[in-house]
Amino acid sequence: MKIAVCVSHVPDTATKVNIGPDGKTLDPNGVAFVLNPYDEYAIEEALKTKELLGESEVVVISLGPDVNKETIRKALAMGADGGVLLKDENYRDSYAVAKALAAEIETQGAQLVFFGKQSVDYDNGIVGQLTAEMLGFNCATVAVDFKLDGDKITVEREIEGGKEVVETSIPAVITAQKGLNEPRYASLKGIMAAKRKTIEEKEAAAAENYTEVLGMKKPPEKAAGKIVGEDASAVPELIRLLKEEAKVI
Amino acid sequence: MANNILVFIEQRDGKIKKASFEAAKAASDFAAKLGGEIKAVVIGGEVENVAQLGGYGAANVVHIKNSELTKYSSSAYAELLTKEMSDGGFDILFISNTAMGRDLAPRVAVQNNAAAIIDCTAFDYQDGTIVATRPVYAGKALVDVKATTEKKVFTLRPNVFSAGSPSDASATVEVKEVSDVNLKSRVVEEKLSSGKLDVAEADIIVSGGRGMKDAESFKLVEELAGLLGAAVGASRAVVDAGWRPHSEQVGQTGKTVSPSLYVALGISGAIQHLAGMRSSKFIVAVNKDKDAPIFQVADYGIVGDVFDVVPAMIEELKK
Ligand SMILES: Cc1cc2nc3c(=O)[nH]c(=O)nc-3n(C[C@H](O)[C@H](O)[C@H](O)COP(=O)(O)OP(=O)(O)OC[C@H]3O[C@@H](n4cnc5c(N)ncnc54)[C@H](O)[C@@H]3O)c2cc1C
Ligand SMILES: Nc1ncnc2c1ncn2[C@@H]1O[C@H](COP(=O)(O)O)[C@@H](O)[C@H]1O
Repeated sequence: MKIAVCVSHVPDTATKVNIGPDGKTLDPNGVAFVLNPYDEYAIEEALKTKELLGESEVVVISLGPDVNKETIRKALAMGADGGVLLKDENYRDSYAVAKALAAEIETQGAQLVFFGKQSVDYDNGIVGQLTAEMLGFNCATVAVDFKLDGDKITVEREIEGGKEVVETSIPAVITAQKGLNEPRYASLKGIMAAKRKTIEEKEAAAAENYTEVLGMKKPPEKAAGKIVGEDASAVPELIRLLKEEAKVI
Repeated sequence: MANNILVFIEQRDGKIKKASFEAAKAASDFAAKLGGEIKAVVIGGEVENVAQLGGYGAANVVHIKNSELTKYSSSAYAELLTKEMSDGGFDILFISNTAMGRDLAPRVAVQNNAAAIIDCTAFDYQDGTIVATRPVYAGKALVDVKATTEKKVFTLRPNVFSAGSPSDASATVEVKEVSDVNLKSRVVEEKLSSGKLDVAEADIIVSGGRGMKDAESFKLVEELAGLLGAAVGASRAVVDAGWRPHSEQVGQTGKTVSPSLYVALGISGAIQHLAGMRSSKFIVAVNKDKDAPIFQVADYGIVGDVFDVVPAMIEELKK
């Protein structure tokens, strides 16, 4: 079976956000980009599934500019078999990203596709579901456990206050949450092997954006708070403030 | 018609979620501004107190009913919601941004050829279009976004839009029995930690960090949380150490929360942690390091040892 993994290339979570000169996007100066943290779980699950099934192939797909190849390379070093870069230098919203990913997944003939639950840039958490729906695939999101038995899929997904067990079947999209597995480190051998693997490059299928960003702004700064005091002696005053000033307890 | 809003009401176990009352109220306030009306859709088996939605401004409710719909099914819910949206000629759909909401919204969006705008924290109406504000980069910035499509699906961040106090108005409820629901993907079981409040839904959160020293000492955090009716949260350091489950992690790769009170105990306030909780209405920090970055976002801080301060807080609250 062909298994696909879609990965995004995002600013490191420690990034201090500065707004770019267009007033709409992040100023990329000084920003380090990394493989989206949730996508590591997606890659790991694809590799584990391949190991379990034998006779299968894992292909990594990323849409974006040339630098996304770094992220694809990382997935190849972890053990993915092949990579595809869908080239586009321009901003795309989730809908337009999903359109192009869906077209590529179809071309690849993949029946099982792993995504991260969310990109830590725009924090949308919808590209997996959109892609699934465009392809007419089943979909289970925010997975913390995944089992495949023939065509049958059982996923545990995180919900408020616990988990729910979803049953569905292939063809399917699964979006990965932390806890699904422990992503492996790329071994030196894996890193060397990744250098020899080819990344196929093609233009991303054209698609129109369904949304438009009008502007980006910083959230209002919190006014500096006060130190109520030191040690246990400050507690009565703290509780009084919470009751009488903040009125939250 | 274009300004009428359909609101999806989430039920679990036959009970309507608090976040859905917030969505109903937000939809009814916003529709009034646009000169439109709202209709609420409940999908499920037996559901309690549906008529109560009237108190939050939803005078008309449709309850799509089948015992197979008691538990969530993404395939069935998406189809039924899509049908309701197109049959009723609704261009706008509001859904609260819960685990279910975020799963459902993008599918309904594709089925309606609509834009999906996720995790909105404010709505405005400019030049004839809805402009939604939503946090990006884990709340380090906000964007204003509009849909360029005719149909639009929005999800609303829980705890941000106030449900207010409901009026006595009772909704007119139309029950639509449906058969042959599409169960290609379905929930077969829910595993809920009984009685445990989830950080994503709690109005007060008491979180512990590495300063709590070990898993055992979280008893103090739990006791304080119990007294405040709060959920227990944790920093990633604590989750990585295996002291607490990931479901309690607050932050960029955990949950984003905006309770009315957030108490941080022995948490340094790393940028990824702040990202998940800085929009809390009031923040209290207890840390023995007076220079810990958490104090920069705290409304009230105590510089001190958690093993001294937390027992004193418990004592004081018991009084
Ligand atoms: C990709 C990525 C994603 C991340 N996502 C998250 C996330 O979602 N959530 C998150 O929280 N972090 C996240 N982090 C980790 C983050 O950078 C910090 O490492 C983490 O938040 C630190 O946790 P902490 O504050 O509990 O521990 P520390 O930073 O070790 O702080 C412990 C604090 O406790 C204080 N202290 C110690 N003993 C006592 C005492 N007896 N009494 C009072 N105070 C005491 C210390 O002064 C210190 O300030 C992420 C990091 C990365 C790289
Ligand atoms: N440009 C992209 N290329 C490939 N996969 C992507 C891209 N953007 C998002 N994804 C995938 O979709 C998931 C959810 O992203 P998002 O909806 O943007 O939060 C990510 O974790 C990735 O798996």
